[in-house]
This record gives sequence, C-alpha cells and structure tokens, in this order.
Amino acid sequence: MTTSQVAVPRTSWAEPEPVAASRRRRKLRPARVILHVFLVVTAVVWLIPLLWAVYTSLRSYSDTTTHGYLSIARALTLQNYTDAWSQSGLPMYFWNSILITVPAVLLTLVFSSFVAFFVSRFDFRINLALLMLFTAGNLLPPQVIITPLYRLYLLIPLPDFMNPGADVLYDSYWGVIAIHVAFQAGFCTFVFSNYMRTIPKEISEAALVDGASVWRQFWQIVLPLCRPAFAALATLESIWIYNDFFWALVLFSTGSKRPITSALANLQGQYFTNQNLIAAGALMTAIPTLIVYLLLQRHFISGLTLGANKG
Amino acid sequence: MPHPFAGRNIASLPGGIPPLSRRTMLKGLLGAAGLAAAAPALAACGGSSSSTSASSTDSGLVTFGSNGSDAKPKAAYAAALAAFTKQTSDKVKVNTVSHDTFQNTISTYLQGTPDDVFTWFAGYRMQFFAAQGLAHPIDDVWQKIGGNFSDATKALAKGTDGHYYFVPIYNYPWGVFYRKSLFQAKGYQVPTKWDDFIALATKMKSDGLVPFSWGYGQGDSWTPLGTFDYLNMRINGYQFHMDLMHGKQSWTDQKVSDVFSHYQQLLPCMQQGAAGRKWQDAAQALVAKQTGMFTLGLFVAQQFTNQADLDDLDFFAYPEINPTYGQEAVEAPTDGFMVSSKVKNLAGATKLMEFLGSAAAENAYLAVDNSNVAINNQSDTSNYNALQKKAVDFISKAKFLSQFGDRDSDPGFVSNVVEPAIAKWLDNPSSAKSTQSTIESQKSQYFTS
Amino acid sequence: MIPTLDPPATRRDGLKSSRRVRRFSRRDKLVLALMVGIPTLAHLVFVWVPTAASLLLSFTSWNGIGVHITWVGLKNYQLLFTNYPAFLPALEHNFIWLGFFLLIPTPFGMFLAYQLNKQIRFTRFYQTAIFLPMVISLAVVGFIWEIIYNPDTGLLNSLFGTNKPGNYIDWLGNPHLNLWAVLIAASWRHAAYIMVLYLAGLKGMDPALPEAAAIDGANEWQAFIRVIFPSMKPINIIVAVVTIIESLRAFDLVYVMGGNNGAKPGLELLSLLITNNIVGEAPRIGFGSAIAVILLVISLAVIIPYLVQTFRKERVR
Repeated sequence: MTTSQVAVPRTSWAEPEPVAASRRRRKLRPARVILHVFLVVTAVVWLIPLLWAVYTSLRSYSDTTTHGYLSIARALTLQNYTDAWSQSGLPMYFWNSILITVPAVLLTLVFSSFVAFFVSRFDFRINLALLMLFTAGNLLPPQVIITPLYRLYLLIPLPDFMNPGADVLYDSYWGVIAIHVAFQAGFCTFVFSNYMRTIPKEISEAALVDGASVWRQFWQIVLPLCRPAFAALATLESIWIYNDFFWALVLFSTGSKRPITSALANLQGQYFTNQNLIAAGALMTAIPTLIVYLLLQRHFISGLTLGANKG
Repeated sequence: MPHPFAGRNIASLPGGIPPLSRRTMLKGLLGAAGLAAAAPALAACGGSSSSTSASSTDSGLVTFGSNGSDAKPKAAYAAALAAFTKQTSDKVKVNTVSHDTFQNTISTYLQGTPDDVFTWFAGYRMQFFAAQGLAHPIDDVWQKIGGNFSDATKALAKGTDGHYYFVPIYNYPWGVFYRKSLFQAKGYQVPTKWDDFIALATKMKSDGLVPFSWGYGQGDSWTPLGTFDYLNMRINGYQFHMDLMHGKQSWTDQKVSDVFSHYQQLLPCMQQGAAGRKWQDAAQALVAKQTGMFTLGLFVAQQFTNQADLDDLDFFAYPEINPTYGQEAVEAPTDGFMVSSKVKNLAGATKLMEFLGSAAAENAYLAVDNSNVAINNQSDTSNYNALQKKAVDFISKAKFLSQFGDRDSDPGFVSNVVEPAIAKWLDNPSSAKSTQSTIESQKSQYFTS
Repeated sequence: MIPTLDPPATRRDGLKSSRRVRRFSRRDKLVLALMVGIPTLAHLVFVWVPTAASLLLSFTSWNGIGVHITWVGLKNYQLLFTNYPAFLPALEHNFIWLGFFLLIPTPFGMFLAYQLNKQIRFTRFYQTAIFLPMVISLAVVGFIWEIIYNPDTGLLNSLFGTNKPGNYIDWLGNPHLNLWAVLIAASWRHAAYIMVLYLAGLKGMDPALPEAAAIDGANEWQAFIRVIFPSMKPINIIVAVVTIIESLRAFDLVYVMGGNNGAKPGLELLSLLITNNIVGEAPRIGFGSAIAVILLVISLAVIIPYLVQTFRKERVR
C-alpha cells in the first residue's frame, strides 16, 4: 500500500495506515477514548444475546423454574448439552449436515470455477449473459421457485443406491445438494471470475504458446493461482450451506434425513418448555460454524469481500 | 477508480490470506472428493431410527410415518409397534417428523414418498385427503375390527364415498380443566351454566388468580378454536356447528355473532400475553396454580409430570348456555392411522392396521401415554387413572361428538382464513363484524362444491 | 516473462483483448463446452425453469394434488388484491423491513466499519464480536431471540418485570410489536454483514483521499460525505442491493420466531404467505405462485438495475 509523502496536518482521522513503529504515538486523545468506549459497549451489547443463551443453557431446568431465568445460577452444569446430544438424535442430524454440506461446497466450487474460467479468460460473446444469469439466479428469493422445484424433484428419477427406498430426487440428499449448488453457483462464479480477471493474460498466453490445451491452462495455471479465492469461498459456502434452513425443510419429508438446522424444530417440539435444553441444542448447532469462523475468520471475510470488491 | 487488485501481489489482498501450499490443497480436495463420492453409500447406512436396513419392499417391513414428536407420544407409538412386532414378527420402520411440520407438509408428503401407514386425524380433514385419492381404502381391515367400535366411531372412519379409510387409536375430550385442591381451598364450585361460569371467573379474579390459562402463540393458533367450537355448539347446537364448519352456513349469521359476543365476555379473564405463548407454557401456569381453569384437551395432562399434581387434575364439561342444547355435545378429537395410496407393502400395512385396530395396540399405547383414552370397546380400562375413567365416561355419555375446528373443516380454510381472523379478532375484540365478513368472503375460495 | 507473439495492447488490468487469433482444438472446444455447459444447464434447470414455471402456475388454480390444473387467468391476482387479508399487510411489512434496514442497521454497519477502519488496538476483537451473528444459522438466531422475548421467562420481560398480569409486554405475540421485535433480531445480524462489506471496501480505498480532504480543511463528517462515500460507489451499490434483497427474502427468522406457522398477525411477510399457500396442509398452488410472482417482480426491479450497473463496464471494454 502506498504511503503518502505529502505533509498533512496531524488530524487523527486522516492518519495514514499503517503507521510506522517509530512514529507511533501513545497519546490517548479523548476522541480515541470515546471511540474505544463506544466500541466496547457495542461489542458487549452485541454479544449479550449469545451470552444469555449460553448462560441459560448452562443452568438446570429445576434451577430456572424455581428461581427464574434472571437470577444467579446456583450451579452451572453441562447436563443440558449431554441431554440434547443423547436424547434428540443430534449426532444423526449433524451427520446429515455434513453429508449435505461437504459435497455441496465441493461441487459448487468446482462448477463455479469452470464457468468463471470460461467467462473471464476468454472473450466469448455469451460471457456477459452467463454472468448476469448466474448472478441474478443467486439473488432470487427461494420461495419463488419452490413449488415447481418440488414437482420437478418428484419427477426426476434416481437410482436406488443414491436414494434408497424412494427412487426420485425428492427427499434425497442429492436433491438438496443439487439445489444448493445451483443456487450458490451464482455468487461463487461471480467471485471467481473477478479473481481470475486479475491473473495477467500473459501467463495463459505463454501457455498457449507452449501448446497447452484449455484444460491444462485451467488446471495447472489458473486454478493454483486461485487458491486464496478457493479457501475463502470454501469457508463462506460451508457456513452458508450448513446454515440453510428452507431447502431442507421443504425438500425432505423423512425427519431423520434433515440437517441439524431444520431438525431444531423437532427439538422444540420435544422439549416445549425446557428452554435450557433448547438453548443448549441451538448452541450446539452453532458450534461448528463458530469454530470454523474463529479459526478461518480471514478466509470467511475475504470470501465476502472478494465478491464485494468489484472495481 | 483503479482496480483494487491491479498490479498487486495476490497474497497481499485485503484480509491477508496466508498462502496454502498446492499439495495441501490438492490433498484436501481429493480427500473431500472421496468423501463426497462415498456420501450416498454412507447415507444408506445411517439415518434411520429403528430396525433393519432392508428395503421396504421386503414382505416383513412396513414403514410408518408419525407426527408424534413429543416425548410421550413418541414412546407410546414405539410401544404399540413393538407389540405388533412381537405378535407378528414383522418389522416396522418409523419416520417421526415434528408435529407441526408433519401436518404442514402432509400434502407434499402424501404425493411424494409417503410411508405405508401414517398417523392422522378423523373428520373432514381425513375425508378431504381420502377424496383426493391420497389414501388407500381399508374396508378389509374393518371387516375384522368393526365389532370393536361404536357406530359413531365407524361413521368417523369412513370417507365421503362410504369406504373405510381410517383406524382410530384413541380419542380424548376437550373440557375445562382445573385443580381440585385449588377449588377446594378457595371454595369454588364447578359451574354448569354460563352465568355461573362467568361469576366463577370474576370471583377468581378478585381472589388474585388469573381465571383462564391462555396461550395461542408460536404456532398454536388452533387453541382458541376449542372455545369457539364449544360456544357454537352450546349456543347453536351441534348441527349448526357442523354445517358452519362444512361451509354450509354463513359466518355473518346472527348465530355466529352470538358466539363472538359470548367469547368476548371471557376475554378479560384470560391470561395476558397469550399471543406469544405456547399451550404448554399456559398449562404450566395451571400446574403452578397461577391460573384457575384451562379449556383444553385431555393432553394437558402431559404437562403434569408430577404424580401428585396429576392426581389433582380434574375437568368439567363446558357450561350450558342454551337449554335446548344443554351439554350434549362433546368435542372429542380422534387420532388414528391411514394407509397411503402410494403404499409399497400393502399386505404388511393391512396387517399393521388390523393390529392397530385391536385392543392390544390401544392398551400398549395408552400404557405409556395416559393423556388419552381408548376408543376400542375391548380395551382394558382397568388401569386408567381417575382422569381417564372420567373421560371415557364423559365421551360415552355424549350425544354428539365433534372433532375440533381444524379437523371438522377444510384444513386450508381453517389455517389460512379462520385462525388468522380469530387471532386478529382476539387483539381487537370489538371487531367481530368485520372478522365474520372477512371469513365469509373468503369461504368460497375453499368450499367450491 | 517469455516474449509473446504479438505486442499485447494490455490495459492496467490486463484484460484488453489483443488482435491475436485464438485457435481451439476440437478437444479444447469439447472441454470448454462441458465446463460451462453442465453448470449452466444445472443452474437453468434448477433455478430458472422453476421460475418460469412459477410464473405460468400463477395463472392457474391447483390444489397441488394430482395434475388437475385449471387455467384461471388473472383471477389469482385479483383475489390477492381484493380478498386476501394477509396480502397487503405482508407487502407493507416487507417494505417496513426494507425501510428499517436502510435507516438503521445499514448505516450503523457502515458507521462501525468506518470506525474500525481506523488503526486502533483491539480492532480484531471488536470485529469478531460484532460479526458473530453472521455465522450462526438464522434458525439458531431465532431460537436465541425467542429466549429473550419469551413473555413469561424471557430476558427482557424478567428484566423489566413485564411478565405479571396487568403489566404485560408480549413481544412476539402483540401484532403491533412483533415485527419490530423480529427486526431487531434481524438487524443484529444485518449490521454485522454490512460492516464487513463496508470495511472491505474502505480498506480498498485510496488513503490519499481522506488526507487530501483534510488538507482542504474538511472535518471528518464532511470528508466522509463529500469524498469517501462517493468514492465507494461500487460498495455502496452492493450494500444497497444486499439490504434490499435480504429484506425481500426474510423468511427463516420469522418462520422460527413466529412458530413455524406463517402469517401470524403482525408478522405477515410475502415469503411466509407463499410458503403458507404452497407448503401448507391444503396448498393453493396457483394462488401461492401469484404471490411468488409478485415477489419475483419486486426482486427483479432491484436485480436488473444492479446487473446493468455492474456489468455495464464489461461492454465498454
């Protein structure tokens, strides 16, 4: 990043970033203090709902019924978590989520990189139309297509090994995977194509000179350079697809096939008034995404911003 | 504006992504691809709740779709099915879906890939789906089990074409529930007439109690229908109520206005905040003696987990309003089973239905879930608690049995028109006239015949 | 760099096409066709064909059972506007949602991004904390806020003491309150989303701009309004589009908080009405599709200008 050489009045808000270590001022201006206070308060307020859910989940049901929810806990326990885990089939639902998320993310990334390669490295007239098609498809509200989609799913046959018991796309993992891929492909194509555009043309031209086929160009030259985009989008898409609620709700009729987010409704039905248990279940659902987020935060954010930073 | 990425080292992009080595990434991709390919095979292994992984076309395996997602019903169905397996050594694969979701998706479910046998309700709601050809007639089953049921029940099990489609497992009455100890302590008397009922509620209020538990939020928008049904049957009689539910009477009729005006008298005595409360939470208020009465079905007993509390629970019939009709009608929804038209294992399904229509099935079920009562006249009622005995007696003495608003009428009409309209009215009780005309004007969209 | 055949007339983003003749082998052509054909086909079949089908179905009457579909022309639309009490409120609520988002969480997110863009310590902590709601499923967000809004035992009512008879606030049940209660929960998430997008945009901004404004004597607010904000036009467009699309799409949160049952008084939304009519117990497919088409038209009114705007530059090349 460029650093400005122009002498500017020392206004705090226009200070260029990053400031060289030698010039770092340790002065605490009142404006900065207020800013910090504001940000701390905001961050804390932001975390309150989550913290409240955690607090509720760590208390036993009898504790809260006797003393109310807004009280100091007599004892903290992980019992709700173990109960939610063992009594409501959460492991099964987690597994369902994985079964859906992993293939969906992979297929989405593969397909989008294909299309992005096509539209960004070559000047075909159809490129623009394709990009617009995919981007618009990603922005549609899902409810617009659900009925015909459901009907379509009832008609498309599937070999028995892919959906044992039923032989159609409806109520199958592949069906839900397919709609995720079709829907998310738009966003990923958009991001990949942005990214691929930045790869200098000279590189692929060099490959062409060397007589490389289109596939080799893709696989050996363009794709490796897109690693950051892959990482970013893989993180982002994993979280998004894992968090999906609507498609699984509608496209699965077998309760035991639903992923964890849609299955939370089951939990609520089973444990009506036991909010502590429900909180524990809900938080356990969120744990994988929280872990992914905390570990791969940079990737997640860059995935969002790669899409945003279109010139 | 310059392109943000132009001329920069890709690795220094905003977000500062640490580079992944190519090998790691390829390994990751291959590993994940392998997993993806194996996914469907793995899916076939896991993800079913009971029994074998044999395909459902095996002569032994019957699939069973259930909406019993709450803990007690789930266990009770499992007990009944275990008894079936014990008797016939045929296995059953259970597919449990959350209660509300099962109902909401029943249409897509039945047309998609339904189980052989599924739980459902008697009444217009059952006849509706049978008439659409989504259920398989079971006259042969009834030839075997017909003797176990009263004529009123048999009428409930038939579709509009006269064929049998439904096998009942239990029913339960709706009444006004209260705690005996509370009434004794405060010296309350069970009311039999409307004016006494209102007077009792007023007295409770002055004693610092909330007279009625009330909760129709979070998806429980059907609970107000119980009171509506009873008021309608008490004021206008069973026949008018049925005609109204079947779309044959007008909602703007003065008779319906009378229902709403009586309903309005009850509202000041209801628990506040009901629009956001589930019936289970409302029942908890009854358990905790914060409220005096609750107009609900016998299933309210499921919330009384403490045996002492359960023994203390009692109910009385909805008070008389019009002497012509007295207290002759009882709202007694019947739950049971149907066979889907897309049944894969008809022989197995028939066997299961015959079993489910037997006393053994009912006994097994009710041993676990005692918030309902048997409908089979061969069932063993000796183990019934006082509440259940009273319920059986109550139902058998009734002259007319209704099924409940959302089962006696077109399901779409009730959930899309009546329930939202009543919920809106509850927020603004003086608007009954517009509520009635709203419902009436949309009625034609549902009752086309 | 290996010298290329012709002198490439490259622009600074390296995308200008040169006069080079591109020849593809047959195999290349096949590979390209497959690479783009399969995804495009999947996308068309699973997204666009159903969209067109929804449009067609909106002119029919069908109860979703069997294939007995009757053509009714514009009757569904007529019914929608004249005899469906939930429709106009739903439309109103979607627009309230949009207005609320545009006025509160979106500017707040931008504000947070601007503040966090300053080099201050703990920025990573603030960002992480504020962004957390974005990564949890909307269903989970719904559950978390339900615990807060529960009329008898929730955090708010326990705190304010408003869970006693005579002094009751029913956050999710009261039709005059519940939309706002849900909007707060939705904003919790939306502001975080906007914050990240805007922050990324700010990081890509030329740092000379605010300095130049400072030289010209502008204070912080003026610099933002007159210099920084206009220079972020592409990001602003994205922020606006995301806000509008999220308002139109709002479903998961309201479904969970409204109790899986759609169309509660006060919480009617177009997406819920569609689901009610299509995925209900006795579906009215044609009617629901008509609502879906209206939602589609409103969405396209936003999507198309966005596409035109974003891709206009492409044609210029």
